[in-house]
Amino acid sequence: MSHDIIDHLAEITAGSRLDTIRRARPDARENAQQSFLALLEPADPGELPLGDRYAVAAYVALLHDAQGAPTRSSAFYLELLDDAAAPGVTASVRRAADAGRASGPYGGYREPALQREAVAGPVARVDRSVLGERLAAALEHAHLLVLHPRDARPEALRALTAAGWGPDALVSLSQLVAFLSFQLRLVHGLRVLAATAADTTADATTASATELEEARA
Amino acid sequence: MTTITDYPALRRPDAFTQRSLGWVPWAPPVPEAELTAAQRDSLVEPDRATNPYFRLLARDPEALRARTLTDLDIFHNDDGGTPRWERELAAAAASRVNGCVFCASVHARAASRLSGRGDDVQRLLDEGVGARVDERWDAIADAAAALTATPAAFGAEHVERLRAAGLDDVGLLDQISGAAFFNWANRLMLSLGEPEVV
Repeated sequence: MSHDIIDHLAEITAGSRLDTIRRARPDARENAQQSFLALLEPADPGELPLGDRYAVAAYVALLHDAQGAPTRSSAFYLELLDDAAAPGVTASVRRAADAGRASGPYGGYREPALQREAVAGPVARVDRSVLGERLAAALEHAHLLVLHPRDARPEALRALTAAGWGPDALVSLSQLVAFLSFQLRLVHGLRVLAATAADTTADATTASATELEEARA
Repeated sequence: MTTITDYPALRRPDAFTQRSLGWVPWAPPVPEAELTAAQRDSLVEPDRATNPYFRLLARDPEALRARTLTDLDIFHNDDGGTPRWERELAAAAASRVNGCVFCASVHARAASRLSGRGDDVQRLLDEGVGARVDERWDAIADAAAALTATPAAFGAEHVERLRAAGLDDVGLLDQISGAAFFNWANRLMLSLGEPEVV
């Protein structure tokens, strides 16, 4: 996939105001795309098959949606999943996300002075019948990371290893969920930025920068 | 089966702090002597080979390399946009909301060092992101917190307030990217190991 995925999800077109803004941080732009490719379209998926990556991604994107307000991002990851998945998987992922949706971040604290800030919230239990033990355990871990990451303990990793997750795949799964938590927020922020009035001083800034470059040349 | 490590006798921090903390991994890092060429390359900075966090993430080298290069451009590219300390403030605020004591310590310390405003940064750690400092600071902290919520609560009102406080378009991208990135970093540091008082 050569198209920039964040531009696609945020509906940023070449030469637009938002395109110009993003290109002020070219390495961040390029490596957000490389992160997507490494985690969602890897040349060697290792112990984490593409279909399972799409299932986790669709679940994570759906958990980020406000109730009753599906986003372009969740629709995109659902479509990736639906193209790759066995019958029933997409519906099961949707059901799991609907059952798990909550407002985050919540969770407890190990640190004694912070325990008064603890906020209670749900712990996911994902149905095994269609998704199987390994993928269901991954979605439960994704729920923890998306909504109440400060509740993470070694036991959460043991639940994954007991379900057959090796150390390399466990790291890739963690990166996938954590990366999407970044990507979906960046897309959200860029969409908000695109919908607000342009910076009225931007043209003057661009002009003076161009003049400066010409002066240096 | 993969061995997951507990640290029953670990010296844990009591609260958010600007002190330098250690971090211990629950899942096994790649031993330093066993790093492949691709894994070493993915560390980007060679001295990270001594760091167990990066040696653990090196199990997926392509993802680690891209993550690190994203991080460096968001926080270190000083061609326009907001001053670096304000991006560190967004990182610290996101970490404070998510509850990542380790990340908050690193980025609160960086914000203090780059701004000379260690007391204000300490208030963010002690009182939370609701601590009121000045209009531009508050706008940055509130925007980072809103973007850290799930589902995201960041809206046009945050953009308009940041603009009124003097941020331009690239500055807005810096603050949005900085807060969003720490929603990536916090989740790794919180779920693969824990902080230690050193």
